[in-house]
Amino acid sequence: MAERLSPGFVTALFLGVALILLPFADLSVAGHDPWPLLGRMLAGFARPDFGAVETLAHSLALTVAFAVAGVALGAAAGFVMAPFYDRRAIRAFCIALRSVHEIFWALLLIQAIGIGAPAGVLALALPYAGIFAKIFAEQIEEADPRPRNALPPRTDAVSRFLYACLPLIRAPMTAYTLYRLECGMRASAVIGFIGLPTLGFQLDSFFRKGDYGAASAILICYILLIASIRLWMRPRLAPFWIVAAFALLATVKAPPMGDGALWRFLSEDIVPAPLRNGEGLAGLLDWLRALTMAEILPGLWNTLIATQIALVLTGAVAFLSFGLTVPAVTGRIGRLTGHLFLVVLRSLPEYMLAYLFLQIFGPSLLPAILALGLHNGAIIGHLVGREADAVAPGLRPDAPRGWVLWGWELVPRLFGSFLALCLYRWEIILRESAVMGILGIATLGFFIDSALSELRVDRAVAILIVIALLSAGIDSISRHLRQRMKLQPVTESDCARITPLAATPVHRET
Amino acid sequence: MKARLDGATLGYGTTPVLRGVNLTLQAGERVVLLGPSGAGKSTLLAAIHAQLVAGGERVALVPQDHGLVPQLSVRRNTYMGRLDDHGALTNLGRLVHLPQALRADIDAVLAPLGLLDSASRPVEALSGGQRQRTALARALYRGGAVIVADEPVSAVDAMQAREIMAMIAARFETAMIALHDVDLARSFATRIVGLQGGRIRFDAPAAEIAQDRIDRLYG
Repeated sequence: MAERLSPGFVTALFLGVALILLPFADLSVAGHDPWPLLGRMLAGFARPDFGAVETLAHSLALTVAFAVAGVALGAAAGFVMAPFYDRRAIRAFCIALRSVHEIFWALLLIQAIGIGAPAGVLALALPYAGIFAKIFAEQIEEADPRPRNALPPRTDAVSRFLYACLPLIRAPMTAYTLYRLECGMRASAVIGFIGLPTLGFQLDSFFRKGDYGAASAILICYILLIASIRLWMRPRLAPFWIVAAFALLATVKAPPMGDGALWRFLSEDIVPAPLRNGEGLAGLLDWLRALTMAEILPGLWNTLIATQIALVLTGAVAFLSFGLTVPAVTGRIGRLTGHLFLVVLRSLPEYMLAYLFLQIFGPSLLPAILALGLHNGAIIGHLVGREADAVAPGLRPDAPRGWVLWGWELVPRLFGSFLALCLYRWEIILRESAVMGILGIATLGFFIDSALSELRVDRAVAILIVIALLSAGIDSISRHLRQRMKLQPVTESDCARITPLAATPVHRET
Repeated sequence: MKARLDGATLGYGTTPVLRGVNLTLQAGERVVLLGPSGAGKSTLLAAIHAQLVAGGERVALVPQDHGLVPQLSVRRNTYMGRLDDHGALTNLGRLVHLPQALRADIDAVLAPLGLLDSASRPVEALSGGQRQRTALARALYRGGAVIVADEPVSAVDAMQAREIMAMIAARFETAMIALHDVDLARSFATRIVGLQGGRIRFDAPAAEIAQDRIDRLYG
C-alpha cells in the first residue's frame, strides 16, 4: 500500500496549479466601466418589482412543471433500469445518458425534435434516468439482505423485489428524488436561457429591457420556491404535481417541425461530415484534426483553466463559509445571515450566476470562475456546516467560541470531509464550466453551441464525447486522490442526505 | 428420510465452522440443536435448510435475525410466508390491498400468538418479542411438512415459549430447531443433537441423554 498522501500537500498542489494557470486566464473586464451598470442593477435589485405578476407566475409555474415532469420521467425510467444495472449494456447506456449535461441535451433535442415542451422535459429526463438508475441500483444493493434470505425459495423475482426490497429502500429513494428535484429546478430554470419558456428566458428578457426590479422579483420568488421545496413537495402530493405539470406543459405552444426532422437528425446530421460525403477514413482523420486544432484544443484549454481556478475559489468560499451556519461560531443572528447567504448562492444555478456576472464584466473567464466558485463553494459550505453542527455539541464544555472554535476545533476535524467534497465536485465544476461556453465564454460549450447553430451536429457530438472523456478522467483522478488520502468516500446520495455525513471526526493525524 | 449429511464440512466462505458432520433428519422427528453460541447451530440449520429446499420440500423457516421487512405491517410480513404460492401480479395487488378473506386467514394465525392487536402496525414499531412472534407467524402461515427454526422463542417469556413450541409440534410433522433452554428442548424434542467447538458431541433420543452430557457442552 502506498504511503498516505497528506491533505496539506494535495491542497498546496491544487493551489499551485491554479496560481500557475492564473496568468493564462482571460480575466479581462470588457472595455466599458462596469460600475455604473452594477450600481443600476443593485438599485433595481433593492427594489423588486412584482408588477408583472402574470408573467412572473407563468414562467415560475413552467419552471416547476419542467422540473417535476423531467424528474418524474427520469425517476420512472431509472427505476425500471435499476434492477438490471449490473448488465453491461444497461450500465453503458446509463453512463452515456448522464455524461451529457442537461443543457447540451436541450440543445441537441431542440435540433432534433424542435423547441417545445418535449425537448425540455427530455433534456432533464434523459440524463436523470441514467443517474437515477445508478443511485437506485446502489440503494437496492445496499438494502438489508436478511428479509430476502427469509423468503420462500421459489418466490418470483418481482415479488421478491416488491416485498423484501422496495419497502426497505423507499425512504432513501424518496429523499434522493427530492434532492434531484432541487437539481431539476435549477436545470429547468437554466434551459430557459436557450429558448424554452422557463425562468431563464424571462430573466433574459427582463435584463435585455434593463428591467432589474422585475428580474429581482423573479429571482426572489425562485429562491423562495427552491428553499421551500420540502414544504410543497410532499410524497403524497407527488401524483397531483405530476399530473398538473404535464397538463400545464401540454398548453405550451411549439412551432411545428418539418416531417422527418428527427430521422434526418439521427441518420444524417450526427454522422461526421466526411463519412456522409464518402471521403472515407482519411477524410475523417483530416476532419478530426481540423476540429481538434481549431475548436477542441482551445476550448479544452480554457475549460481546464476555468475549472482549476474555480475549484480553488470553491474551496476558499466553502472553507471560509462553513462556520457561518454554526451557532457556536457566529451566534444566532450570524447563523441566520450565513444560512441566507448560502441558500441564495446554492439556489441560483452556476449558469444563472455566470449570466448575471456576464452582464457586469462582459464575456471572459471571470464571470464563469466567479459563478462556479460561489455556487459550488456555497454547496460545500452548507454540507460541511451541517457536519460541523453535528460535531459542535460533542465538544468539551469549555471549548472556545467564535472563530477560535472554528479554527481550532472545527477546521482540523472537518478538513478531511471538506477536501473530499471539493474533490468530489471537481468533475461537476468541469462539466459546468464547459456548459458556460453557451454564454459566449470560450470554453468547450461555446464550440458546441456554435456548431449546433450552424447545423453541424456531427461536430457538436464530437466535442460532447471529448467532454465526457475529460470528466471521466477527472473523476478517476479525484477518486484516486481521495483514496490515497484515505478520505471518507463521498457519494452522490450523500449530498441528498438530511443527516450529516459523519458525526465523528474523520481527519486523523498519522 | 428428509435430509442427510455425511462427513460434511460446513462454514461461511472459506472458514469452516463445523467439521466431519454426520446427521440425518427423518420424517416425523423433532430434532433440537443445543450448544453454546458459536458452536455452529446456525450453520448446521442453514445446511439442512438448503438440502431440504433442494429436495423440493416445502419448508417453513424462522431465521435467527427474523428477516422481517420493518416498514411492512405484521399482516403483510406474515403473508410473505406464501409469496411463492402466487404470481407476481397477485402479490403486487396484495401489497396494495389484502382481500378480506386473506386477512381472516392471517388473523387466525396471529390470534394465538397474541399479535392480533398489532396486525396493522409496521414491524419497526414492535418490541423484540413481538417481532419474533411475527417471524413465527410467517412460518406457521407458510405451513408445510418441515420447519427449520433458529432460536425461535429466545425473546418471549417462558410460558409463551412453551405454548409456541406446542403449536409448532402440532402444525409440523418434522422439525429441526436450535434452542438454548434445555428443559424446553427436552419437552419438545424426539432427538437432541449437542454441538460444541465445531463438532457434534452427541446425537441421541431425548429421553436417553443424561443431564451431565448437556452441562458439559456449556462448561
